[in-house]
Amino acid sequence: MARFIARRLLLALVTLWLLATIVFIITNVLPNDVGRTILGPFAPQETVDALNERLGTNRPILIRYVDSLRGLVTLDFGDSFVSGKEVFPQVIGAVGRSAKLAGLALLITIPISIAAGLYAARRRDRPADRAIVLLGVTLSSIPEFVTGTILVVVVGVQLGWLPVLATAPATADVLTQIRFLLMPALAMAIVYFGYIARMTRAGTIEVLQADYTRTALMKGLTIGQTMRRHVLRNALVPTVAVIAVQVGYLFGGIIAVEKIFNYNGMGSTMLFAAQHKDLPMLTAGVIVIGIVYMVATLIADLIMAWMNPRIRLEAER
Amino acid sequence: MVESIAPSPLPAPVATPTTSTISERARARRELIRVLVRRPSFLIGIAVIVVWVVCAILGERITPYDPFNGFFGGHKPPSTAHLFGTDRLGRDVLSRVMVGSRDVLIVAPLAAILGVTVGSFLGLVMGYYRGFVDDVLSRIVEAFLALPVILVALLTLVVLGSSSVVVVFVVGILFAPIVARTVRSAVLSERQLDYVTAAKLRGESGLFILSREIFPNVLGPTVVELTVRFGYAIFTVATLSFLGVGLQPPSPDWGLSVSQEYANMVAGVWWPTLFPALAIASTVVAVNLIADSLQSVLNE
Amino acid sequence: MNAAAVPSVATGTKAALRVEDLSLSYIVRGIPRPVLRGVTFEVKAGESYGLVGESGCGKSTTAYAAVRYLPRNGVITGGRILVDGDDITKMNDEQVRLFRMRHASMVYQDPGAALNPTTKVGPQVVEAFTILGQGKRQAEENALKALRRVQIADPERVAQRYPHQLSGGMQQRVVIAIALASDPKLLVLDEPTTGLDATVEASVLDLVRNLQAETNAAVLLIAHNLGVIRTLCDRVGVMYAGKIVEEGDAATVFENPQHPYTLGLLRSLPRRGIRKSQRPLSTIPGNLPQIGTPLPTCVYVDRCPLADELCRTVEPPVVEVGGGQWTRCHHRDRLGQLAEPPPVGGREATLGELNLTLSNVSKTFHQSGHDVPALVKVSLDLHDGETLGLVGESGSGKSTLAKTILGIESPDAGADIELDERALAAKAASRPTADKRSMQMVFQNPDSALNRGWTGRQILARSVHKLTGLRGRAVNERVDQLAADLRLTQRHLDLKPRQLSGGLKQRLAIARAFAGDPRIVVADEPTSALDVSVQAAILNLLSELQLRSKTSYLLISHDLGVVRYLADRIAVMYLGRIMEVGSSESVFNGPNHPYTEALLSAVPNVDAEDRHRILLSGEIPSPANPPTGCVFNTRCPRVIRGLCEVVEPPLVEVEPGHLMSCHIPVDELRRLQAKAEREDLVLTTPPESAAAAAAQGVDELA
Repeated sequence: MARFIARRLLLALVTLWLLATIVFIITNVLPNDVGRTILGPFAPQETVDALNERLGTNRPILIRYVDSLRGLVTLDFGDSFVSGKEVFPQVIGAVGRSAKLAGLALLITIPISIAAGLYAARRRDRPADRAIVLLGVTLSSIPEFVTGTILVVVVGVQLGWLPVLATAPATADVLTQIRFLLMPALAMAIVYFGYIARMTRAGTIEVLQADYTRTALMKGLTIGQTMRRHVLRNALVPTVAVIAVQVGYLFGGIIAVEKIFNYNGMGSTMLFAAQHKDLPMLTAGVIVIGIVYMVATLIADLIMAWMNPRIRLEAER
Repeated sequence: MVESIAPSPLPAPVATPTTSTISERARARRELIRVLVRRPSFLIGIAVIVVWVVCAILGERITPYDPFNGFFGGHKPPSTAHLFGTDRLGRDVLSRVMVGSRDVLIVAPLAAILGVTVGSFLGLVMGYYRGFVDDVLSRIVEAFLALPVILVALLTLVVLGSSSVVVVFVVGILFAPIVARTVRSAVLSERQLDYVTAAKLRGESGLFILSREIFPNVLGPTVVELTVRFGYAIFTVATLSFLGVGLQPPSPDWGLSVSQEYANMVAGVWWPTLFPALAIASTVVAVNLIADSLQSVLNE
Repeated sequence: MNAAAVPSVATGTKAALRVEDLSLSYIVRGIPRPVLRGVTFEVKAGESYGLVGESGCGKSTTAYAAVRYLPRNGVITGGRILVDGDDITKMNDEQVRLFRMRHASMVYQDPGAALNPTTKVGPQVVEAFTILGQGKRQAEENALKALRRVQIADPERVAQRYPHQLSGGMQQRVVIAIALASDPKLLVLDEPTTGLDATVEASVLDLVRNLQAETNAAVLLIAHNLGVIRTLCDRVGVMYAGKIVEEGDAATVFENPQHPYTLGLLRSLPRRGIRKSQRPLSTIPGNLPQIGTPLPTCVYVDRCPLADELCRTVEPPVVEVGGGQWTRCHHRDRLGQLAEPPPVGGREATLGELNLTLSNVSKTFHQSGHDVPALVKVSLDLHDGETLGLVGESGSGKSTLAKTILGIESPDAGADIELDERALAAKAASRPTADKRSMQMVFQNPDSALNRGWTGRQILARSVHKLTGLRGRAVNERVDQLAADLRLTQRHLDLKPRQLSGGLKQRLAIARAFAGDPRIVVADEPTSALDVSVQAAILNLLSELQLRSKTSYLLISHDLGVVRYLADRIAVMYLGRIMEVGSSESVFNGPNHPYTEALLSAVPNVDAEDRHRILLSGEIPSPANPPTGCVFNTRCPRVIRGLCEVVEPPLVEVEPGHLMSCHIPVDELRRLQAKAEREDLVLTTPPESAAAAAAQGVDELA
C-alpha cells in the first residue's frame, strides 16, 4: 500500500507541475503584454511599463517561468494587486470558508443520492426508477446559479423558511450558521444529486446482474442480505470516483452560489480578484483548487483500493 | 436487424442474413431515428431546442415588444400585457427571454465542437499509439482535468479580455481533455480487437487503421459526447455570463439577465430573474435529454 | 402432444426434478417470443441428466428455470416444474428463497465471475453454512471441510485468498463447495468446465462424478461439449428450438441416435479418429430458427433432409424406441437414408517443399520487472500443403508462437525465422508485401476479427488490393472468386458482419486470409466459437481450400478432434516449450511424452473410447516461474526423481519424424503406456510433486 501511495503522490507532483505550467502559459504567454492587459488600452505607456516592472513581467519568459515554479514550491504566489498582501494566506482562508459550504453540500447530497441510486437500481425500469433517472438528468443540467435563484424566490422570499444570505451574524451558534448555509448548500447539492445517483444506479445494476450476485441468491440469501453483503461494496466503487471528481467541480459552481447568497468564500474572493484583474490571486486560486481536486482523487483512489482488493493487490505488486 | 432477446447468461440467438438490398448505412440511420422518436424524452428535448432556435432566428419578428428599446415602466409584475413582467429598465421580459438564446446558441455549440474535435483527435492518438505518447498526453490531460473550469475561464477572460471568441476557446479547450479521455478508452478497447491485427498483417499504415478502421467505430460515443458537451457548454457559458465575464450588455443573454436582476429578488421582484433562469434550465435539460436518449439507444 | 403422454416417466417413484410441458417466453419490446415450447423431462435422485443442443436451443433457459432464476423478461407461459414434488413455478419469492437455500444449487460457466471479487473465499463459503442456521464456529469448520471435500489440499490457505488469486480450476472447486453446502436435492451445472484447460477439466469432471455418487443429488448438466455430457451423464435429452426431440440413456443416444437432428449433430463431430483425407464431415444445412419463430409442427422440419408433407402438417408424436429411449420423429424408420458423405480417395497429403523454418525462437515478455518467458527455444518447420497442429493448454505459448511467426510479436535476439530459406523480418510492418501476402491469419472470434463498420465486400476488397496490388475491376473479380470459393453469395457480401451468422462470418474471415493466395495460413482456434454443425462446414472448407491451393496451415486448437481431423503433423507445447512433435498418427497412437499422454486421456470423449486415465494434480505452473529441469516434472506421473527436476531433457528424434523431450527412453514409454492401456490404469501425479503443483494453483494472480 505504501508503494501505491508513493507512486500516486509522485504522479500527483507531475500533474501539479503541468498544472502550474498551464496556468503560467495562460497568464504569461497568451497575453503579449501583461501590464497592458491589466490596465486596458487607454492607460499611458509609462504606467504600463511601471506595472510590468513591478510585476516582473518585463523579464525574459524563462526566468518568469522558473520564478513561478519557485513560487509554487515555496507556496509564495506573490502579493495581491489590490491589497498588496500576500495572496496565499488569503486564498487558504477563503478556501476554508468555502469548504464549510461545500462540505455541507456533500453531506446533504451523498447519502440521498446513493440511496436514490440504489432504490432506482432495485426498481429498474419501473416508474420509480424512471422518475429518479429523469429527475437526475434534469437536476444535474441546471446551473447552480439557476437553482440558487429559484430557491431564493421560492424558499427564501415566497415561503420565508430560510435566510436568503449565507453569512450568519458573527456571534451565531453552529446550528444558526448551518441554517444560513443550508440554502446555498442545497443549490449545489441538487446539481450533484444527478451525477451521484446515476452512477450508483449504473454500478448497482451491473453488480445485480453479476454472477456472484446469483451465487449469493442461490445460497438462499434474501435480497437485503445480498445487497448488504455482496452488492454494495462492489457497486459503489465507481460512485467514489465520481464523488471525488465532483469535489473539484464543486469549487467551480461555488463561485456563482457565493455571489447569489453573498457569501465571503473562495468564489467571492476570486470574483473580486477577476473584477480587479488581480492575477496573483487568481493564479493562486486556480492552483489551490487544482491541489484540492488532486487530493480528492487521491483519497478516492485509496478508498477504491481499500474497497476492491484487486486494485489494491495490483497496486502493491 | 437482429433483436437482442434475453440478457446474459442466456446465449444470443444466431443472426440470420436479412434480405434488404438498400444501402446499409441509410438503413441503420433510419432505424436509429425510428427508435429515437419513440422515446418521449428525446422528443421533448428536440421540441424545446427547436422552440429556442426558432425564437433566436425570428427574434424581433415574433416578440410581442421590442426586446431592446421598448420602455413600459420598470419592474412591472407579470400581467396580461406583459406575461413575464418588465425588467429594471422597463423592457418586456418575455421578449428578452425569446431572443436571449441567440448568443448562447452560437457560442455553446462552437465551444462543444471545438472541444470534441480537439478531444477526439487527442483521444484517437493516445488510444492508438499508447506507450510514450500516451503517457505524456495522459499526464497533460490529467493536469487539465484538475483545472477548475469556471475559475480558469475567469482567469483567461481577465488576461485576454472578455469576448465571445475567448469564451468559445476557453470552454472548448477545457472540455477537450474530458472528451479525449472518453475517446481514448473507446479506442483502447477497439484496438484490442483482431481486425486491427488483421489490418496490420496486410500492411496498413497506422493512419489508415486509425482513420478508416477505428474512427468510424468510435463515432457513436463521440456523437454522444458532443451532445453532452453541448449541454455543459450552455451550462458553463451561462454561468460565466452570470458572473459578468461572459457575454456583455446589452446582450439579452439569459445568464446576463439573471446576473443583472438577481439582487432584486429579495425585494420581491422575481420575474426578471426567474424566467431567464428557467429558460437556461429548459435548454440544458433538453440537450441532456437528447444526449441521454442517444446514449441509451446506441448502447442497446 | 400433451405432457401426460410423454412416456418413459416411471410414475410412482417421485423424481427429484420433474419438468412438465414447460413453456417459456422472453418478452422483447412487448412481444412474447417463445423459447421453450413444451419441455418435459425428469431427473431422479442420484441420476445425472444432460441437456445437449446448439446455442439458442433453450438448454440454459431450461436450467435456469429449474431454479426459478429467470431473466427479467422471462415468463413461464405454461407447464410445471416439480422439485421433490413441489411446484416451484407457484412459489412466492420467500418460498423460492427457501427452496434455493435448502434444495437447489447451481454451478456456472465462469467461476471467476461466480465469486464476489471483494470478499475472501473463506467467508463466502462460510456464508453458505451460516445461512442454513449454523453458528459461526460450526460454519467455519464445515467450510473447511467443504473445501477439503472438493479436493483443495490446503483449505486454510485458500480460505484466506481473494477469488482472483486462485486459478480457474481452483475457483470452480470453491463454487462447487458452496453449491454442495446445503446437500441439495438438485444440482444444476451450466457449462461447468467450459473455459477450463483440458487437464483441469478432467479433474473437475472427476470430482463432480465422485461427489454426485456421494450426495445422491439429481444433477442437471448443460454442456455444448458432447464429450462432457457423455462422461458425466446417465441420460440425455437433445434439445432443438425449445423442445426435446430425443431422450434416452447417454450411451444409447450417442451410439444409436433415433432423431435426424441428433444423428446430424453427432455426425458433424470429427470423431473416432476420422481425418480429412478420408472423407468430409457431415453438416446440417440451414440455420437455427430465430427465437420466437412459430414452429407449430416438427421444430426441425426446415433443416431435416427427411422432412415431407406429413412433417409440415402434423406434429410428430413421441415414439418409444425401447430401453427408455424415445424420439419425436415421423420417420424414424427412414433414418438409414441419411448417408454420411462418401469417402474420398487420394487425398493423403504428400509432403511438399519445405517453406517455413523456425529455429531457436524464444520470446520473453517483461511484466512489472519480471521476465516471463512465453517461448523457449522453439524449432519447427512447415511444408507446402501440410497442416501442423499446435496443441497445449493455456500458457503453453501456442498463440505467442503464431504471433511471432506472423510478426505481430518480435522474437528475442538469436531467433531465426525463414520463409523459403530467406530470413523474415521480425516485425510484420517491416516485411515486404510479398512476405505479408505469404502469411495470413484466421482468428478465433470473427466478431472481433471483422470490422463491424465494413461490409463483407469492403473487407475482402481492401485485403485483395493491399496484398495483390490489384485495382478496379480486377479487385472485384478476385473478391467474387474468393466469395465463390467460400460459398458466400453476393448478398452476403453486401451485409455487415453482425447481420451474418457465426459460420458465415468465419467464412468471410477465411476468405480474407486467402485474399492474396497465401503460402501459410495461421488458424487460431478457428472453430471454437462456433456450434458443431457449423464447425463441420468450416473444417470441410478449410481442407478443400488446402487441397486446391497447397496452402500450409498452422492450426491452433484445444479440440483434439479438430486437430486430428485437419492436422498432418502435431506439435505439443507446455510452458513455451515443444514437448513432442510428430505425425498425427504417431502422436495419437503413441508412444507419447507423458504430458501428451495426460492431455489425450483428459479429453472427454463422445465415444467413451477406452483410454487409461491420467489425473494430473495441480495447475499449470506460471510461465514466469517455471519448474527446474523438465518443466513438466511437477505434474508428471512418470517422473524420475533426482533427474527430471534437475536436467531439462533435449528434444530428440525418437522415431523417424517423431521428436520428444523426455528422459524416459521411447521404448520404455511404449512399454509403460501399453501396459497402462491393457490394465486400464489410473495414474496420478506422485504425492510429493502434487503438493508442489497444488501450491502453484493458489498464489497465481489471474
